[in-house]
Amino acid sequence: MTLFRAEDIAVRFGGIKAVDGISFGVERGTVFTIIGPNGAGKTTVFNLISRIYDPSQGRLWFDDRDITGLPAHEIAGLGIARTFQNIELFEHATVLDNLLLGRHAHRGTRLWQDFLFTPAVRRSELAHRRKAEEVIDFLDLAAHRDSHIANLSYGVRKVVELARALCTEPKLLLLDEPSSGLNVEETEDMAFWIEDIKKDLGITVLMVEHDMTLVNQVSDRVLALNYGRILAEGTPAEVQAHPDVVRAYLGGV
Amino acid sequence: MPRRHTERITSPAATTVGRITTTGRRLPGEGGLTEVLQLLVNGLAAGCIYGLIALGFVLIYKATEMVNFAQGDLLMLGAFAAYTYIGLFGLPYWLGFILAVLSMAIFGFTLDAVVLRRVIGQPQFAVVILTIGLGFIFRSAATLIWGPDIRTLGTPFSNSISQFGPIVIPDVNLSIIGGTLAISGVMYGFFRYTKLGVAMQAASQNQLAAYYMGIPVRLVFSLIWAISAGVATVAGILLAPVSLIDPSTGFIAIRAFSAAVLGGFTSLPGAVLGGLIIGVIEQFSALYLDEGFKDVAAPVVALIVLAVYPQGLLGQRQRKRV
Amino acid sequence: MRFVFKTDYRQDIGLFRHNGDRFWYGLLVLLVAAAPLLLDRFYLGELTYVFVLAVAGIGIMLLTGYTGLVSLGHAAFLGIGAYAHGYFLQQGVPFVLSVPLATLLTTAAGLLVALPALRMTGIYLAIATLLFAVIIEQVFIRWESVTHGFRGFSVGVPQVFGLPLTDPVLFYYICFAVLALAMLAAINLLRSPTGRAFVAIRDSEIAAQSMGVHLARYKATAFAISAGFTGLAGCLFAHKIGYLAPDAFGIILSIQLLLMAVIGGLGSLHGVVFGALFVGALPQVIAVLRDYLPDRIAQQPGLEPGVFGLILVAIILFEPQGIYGRWRKVKLYFQLFPMYKAATFKRQKTYTRSERNK
Repeated sequence: MTLFRAEDIAVRFGGIKAVDGISFGVERGTVFTIIGPNGAGKTTVFNLISRIYDPSQGRLWFDDRDITGLPAHEIAGLGIARTFQNIELFEHATVLDNLLLGRHAHRGTRLWQDFLFTPAVRRSELAHRRKAEEVIDFLDLAAHRDSHIANLSYGVRKVVELARALCTEPKLLLLDEPSSGLNVEETEDMAFWIEDIKKDLGITVLMVEHDMTLVNQVSDRVLALNYGRILAEGTPAEVQAHPDVVRAYLGGV
Repeated sequence: MPRRHTERITSPAATTVGRITTTGRRLPGEGGLTEVLQLLVNGLAAGCIYGLIALGFVLIYKATEMVNFAQGDLLMLGAFAAYTYIGLFGLPYWLGFILAVLSMAIFGFTLDAVVLRRVIGQPQFAVVILTIGLGFIFRSAATLIWGPDIRTLGTPFSNSISQFGPIVIPDVNLSIIGGTLAISGVMYGFFRYTKLGVAMQAASQNQLAAYYMGIPVRLVFSLIWAISAGVATVAGILLAPVSLIDPSTGFIAIRAFSAAVLGGFTSLPGAVLGGLIIGVIEQFSALYLDEGFKDVAAPVVALIVLAVYPQGLLGQRQRKRV
Repeated sequence: MRFVFKTDYRQDIGLFRHNGDRFWYGLLVLLVAAAPLLLDRFYLGELTYVFVLAVAGIGIMLLTGYTGLVSLGHAAFLGIGAYAHGYFLQQGVPFVLSVPLATLLTTAAGLLVALPALRMTGIYLAIATLLFAVIIEQVFIRWESVTHGFRGFSVGVPQVFGLPLTDPVLFYYICFAVLALAMLAAINLLRSPTGRAFVAIRDSEIAAQSMGVHLARYKATAFAISAGFTGLAGCLFAHKIGYLAPDAFGIILSIQLLLMAVIGGLGSLHGVVFGALFVGALPQVIAVLRDYLPDRIAQQPGLEPGVFGLILVAIILFEPQGIYGRWRKVKLYFQLFPMYKAATFKRQKTYTRSERNK
């Protein structure tokens, strides 16, 4: 069953077509990876899905619902969470506060209640913390729970960002280069977590990644892009063997 | 006690540029086309001053991302410097003019090297408060040095007029328009064709990269401040014969803020354009609208434009990449 | 150093971090409550003024310190609150009704400013608020039927609890109560989803948006709340100065309000109180400094703004984290004694990180 579908989407910046008529579908409970050389339009696809950019053509479907025209802040509430290539955490807040902000789409209290910190707010705050704590346990972040982001290493920040995305209880998780900037061991951890996210939490993952070891290890399907167009789609092995993909990465052979 | 200290935002300086011909409220149509043209020219003259001040804002902002709230006070100091050379020392006008611009350029350079360089990388509001503080100091210093009295500056253009058909233009206004044209041309050429100008543009786009490319970023910034102080001085001297000089002359800069945001804070032509628009609007609203509207016309127009174009008319729309 | 071991989520959301905090804040409240017995009239009045400033400071801190939106026009909101309150009192509205009415009105004004300001960022927003303040000042001057123009009008003196509001002790307690309630409301806001959304917007708009924060709505909310607190302060301010005229609400007041947030330390409610103390004490500090200057200079009329400017410059150059930042450093020094290293808070060499693309 398809959870997410992109239908012939395109976007242009000035005269450049960053994404040029791409269609693909992500099956429920799978890890779908987009690969491609720098500037192939991978992150742009993510930005289209999280509605930061408007596509100039095509439609986006999530859970059989057309999300093409939705504003960016409604995406999280539907069940799509994302991480960012260059880490967009809330620098001057603690890890816990970052995770709790991940619960924002589930806020159930109103402004006046917040002002008075009514029992309803107290209850929901405690509930949010329980959920955040589950994620902290899952990703082994207990040691950093009350640290400020500014004091954390790059590798930990990357995990915190993943944790924040998980706190929104997504159905579809968008990971933008989860391994970039991580060392070998951290990358291995990331691979295990992605598998656990798929198997234990049952979350569908759509990922952009460069590290082919990681891609091979976790992906069910791979889509290769170049210059905003699809080169190949298939299993990791099929895509890597595809002559167009080889040419794109290694130049004319 | 500053909290009980009051200063007028609407300085006489800003209104006197136009006062030369407009004498109170009149009904539309009276005088016809000639009057409209006359107003237009006066508005352009006033707008040139705003444009020059806005140019100073934009120069500094574009290069260093600092907003210089003391720009108006640099103008005031520049005018006083000219007054000192010409009025007190009795030097010829043009020599005094050049000396004043040079002294203020050196002052701007030193100011950056001693004070502003130390806040590079600090958040923007810190710089805002810093330059506001500098403005207070300059005003206070001017009062201490030259006294609170109003000074006049005699120029070759004072008290003479030129006639173009039915339109009468005071030569002072012509000098303002001419001076602004000259400055704009020099700026354009400088940033377009000189190596230093290009280096300044590079430094403004990406400090760190510029630094790695061997551009002496700090020196470049100090030079930007020098240029900006020089431009402010030119504006001050051009303005002096119409507005007279006193320590609160610098409050005219608040109107120039309207001009700078109107044009877009990142565009040099936008600054001049914004200034001209504000100047013309002020002239016409003074004549055709109720009294209170003259002082709010500029900020109201600027706010409306900002609501539609959040980056001003010619500013670049930029977006963070993720 | 004290490490807080958390064994319960309730410790996260409590008002105090630990019993030590409870003790010290309790002591502080007792001292403040006993102040009318300990202080003479003049200092009581000054302390009252500090409380009023602090209420406005909460407003500007929520906007600038927590949501990251710089306003250079908050004097306008203080003025709207003060004028509205003064006008309502004149129309015979009782004090207890007039204050919330004026606060609501200012909140609405904040919302009104926020709507065009939503799409602006950074310096455009700061200047837009400055322009707004310029416009409002003209309104105060020109709307004679309500504001009495340049001449202004004196604020009525209502009876509260059977005493005239001019009674310094009564007014002191009222201001203290308002500050305490405002502080509580602000803390509540900050430990709930709304406050977290503010901080998120400050630190990364794009991530906040992707987590479901409706940027426009929360920015407008921040503006409205900020204006509301400042308007509430304006009501008290009206009684404090006793006579409303447009020049009381000029740009210098706006700068002082912003300064309060910056000087105290952005992003901290402690900072609000430190900032208010500082700005409230500034006139006295300047008066003392003046005594040390040679007569020829000390008698100049333009001196005070100059000294004010010098202090601004000194703070930004030497303690950009504000008084609260300094306080934390001193505290840490004693907690770590004698192991404190001078480099602990050393600033890294920085380059301007562009704020244009936020």
